[in-house]
Amino acid sequence: MSVVSRATPRRTAVPRPPRTARRAGTGRLAAALLSPTLLVLGLVVAYPVVAAFRLSFMVSSESIDPETGFRVTTSSYGLDNYAAVFTGERFLRPWWNTTSFALVSVAAEVLIGVAMALVMHRAFRGRGLVRAAFLVPWAIPTAVSGLLWKWIFNSQGIANELLGAKVLWSSEGFQAWFSVVIADTWKTAPFVALLVLAGLQIIPGELYEAARVDGASPWRAFWRITLPLVRPALVVAVLFRLLDVLRMFDLPYVLVGPRKHSVETLSMIAFEEMSNLRFGTAAAYATVLFLYIAVVAFSFVKLFGADLIGRGTGSPQ
Amino acid sequence: MSTTVSRPRTAGRPRAGTLARRAGIAVIVAYCLVPFYWMVVSSLRRPADQFSNAPLPAPVSFDNYAAAFDPANGFGRALLNSLVVAGTTTALTLLVAIFAGYALARLEFRGKTLILTLVIAASMFPPITLVVPLLRLFTDAGWINTYQAMIVPSMSFALPLAVWNLTAFFRQMPAELEKAAQVDGCTPAQAFRKVVLPLAAPAVFTTAILVFICAWNEFLIAVSVVNDRQMMTANVIVSLFTGQYRYDQPFGTQMAAGVVVTLPLVVAVLFFQRRIVDGLTAGGLK
Repeated sequence: MSVVSRATPRRTAVPRPPRTARRAGTGRLAAALLSPTLLVLGLVVAYPVVAAFRLSFMVSSESIDPETGFRVTTSSYGLDNYAAVFTGERFLRPWWNTTSFALVSVAAEVLIGVAMALVMHRAFRGRGLVRAAFLVPWAIPTAVSGLLWKWIFNSQGIANELLGAKVLWSSEGFQAWFSVVIADTWKTAPFVALLVLAGLQIIPGELYEAARVDGASPWRAFWRITLPLVRPALVVAVLFRLLDVLRMFDLPYVLVGPRKHSVETLSMIAFEEMSNLRFGTAAAYATVLFLYIAVVAFSFVKLFGADLIGRGTGSPQ
Repeated sequence: MSTTVSRPRTAGRPRAGTLARRAGIAVIVAYCLVPFYWMVVSSLRRPADQFSNAPLPAPVSFDNYAAAFDPANGFGRALLNSLVVAGTTTALTLLVAIFAGYALARLEFRGKTLILTLVIAASMFPPITLVVPLLRLFTDAGWINTYQAMIVPSMSFALPLAVWNLTAFFRQMPAELEKAAQVDGCTPAQAFRKVVLPLAAPAVFTTAILVFICAWNEFLIAVSVVNDRQMMTANVIVSLFTGQYRYDQPFGTQMAAGVVVTLPLVVAVLFFQRRIVDGLTAGGLK
């Protein structure tokens, strides 16, 4: 931003007089070009978030009108929905599932993704085909991949045959939770690898040459050169994945099923409340999830300094 | 480059390293493709062989595909629904996002960083938070079981993705082109239409693929705002299959339908892998 605003006077310096007029014109043009996007985002993002927040405080109660004898529904505002969310035992479990999925899946995806990227980094024949293979798990709809893994984890399926065991994966318990982690890791580790790979490719090769000349071991070069330089890419990838897993719905819903305590996430429980037309508690769950994700995103950006827009807004080259 | 440097020093080592790397790449490709391969193989078994775990289907049978397209499943119609929803979402999104992307990449105005932040933040909202009030709104508006009830909320994730990608692409384009056009007497709008837009066509196409794939894969919105089988998208209907053959679950049929739902995307990925990778990394990293 600052780079450009410094450059602007230089650019407009040639046609002297219309400087301020031109800037006003640019502002108007920008407003015109951006208003459709802002309008749509306001309609499909901002309005629902505010509406969900309002809805989460709305409590409706039914009573009999003493004059007419008809049943009337009155709504008022209160904390009943949040009380229902936090006092019921149906909060901690989904919250913990959501959190543990995020922690374990993202850790596994980062480890596997970085390993993949390191192996892939460097030109070789057939690179295009390998990159296409990377994209296959990403392109399969999550709901379909849920079915696919459900089939793999079937009691008579290939997973049990390969393991030589009889694990009832899709029933309740740790194995159901674990099957979701495996399926999610499979689907998105290549995506992490792609982002890391893009980060690796902007590291100049001379740095490694210099390190080798100085007698650094490959291991040391990895810790001292690769990791610090690929960090921005890695931080962005981790943030994306973290936010994505925290709102996970399709995969556990299709792979294990709704109303399974060991895999139920906050999104799933909000969905279930909504399906049962308990919109108030659904909105309360959804708002809690929203705030949780916002807090995680904010603290992540503060802690690791994810540079999401800073780099882009600057240099016009 | 680095291998050529180290080669004279130790003659045997690079070869071992290359072999290890090839093995590593083979493992990675297997990791990515084997589950998908399993879906294809399972879909090609005879329904009676459903529980066979042989690596190849013998004999190959298309019964599962016939069952998937059985009229009782409504799968053909669901594919059409998916196409309409994802296609319209993509078209509308691009129409809106091209202008925003251009403005964010080229124009200088106050509040630009704020708008970029808002666009990125919008893509991070959990869809369930958006769906709960929208479902109520759509119920009141009589929009349940309509295309627009799926298309409009889909723009919540499609639009940030498209704006973001197009901003990155427009930024990479040399600004001198429009300047030259303006020097030649074009208005900014004409310069945009006659010079920028044709040059940005590949970027727009890449963004279209990305948005289409994301919209095609959408599940939560589609499963929330539609309860009529006639209007369900392919993803939703596949997860609800009862199939022609009454096993506890018709996995063969589901795998066949899964292959049909996925195959267009896999083909697109094969053809456009370079563009898709560029698009995916452009948003986050460039």
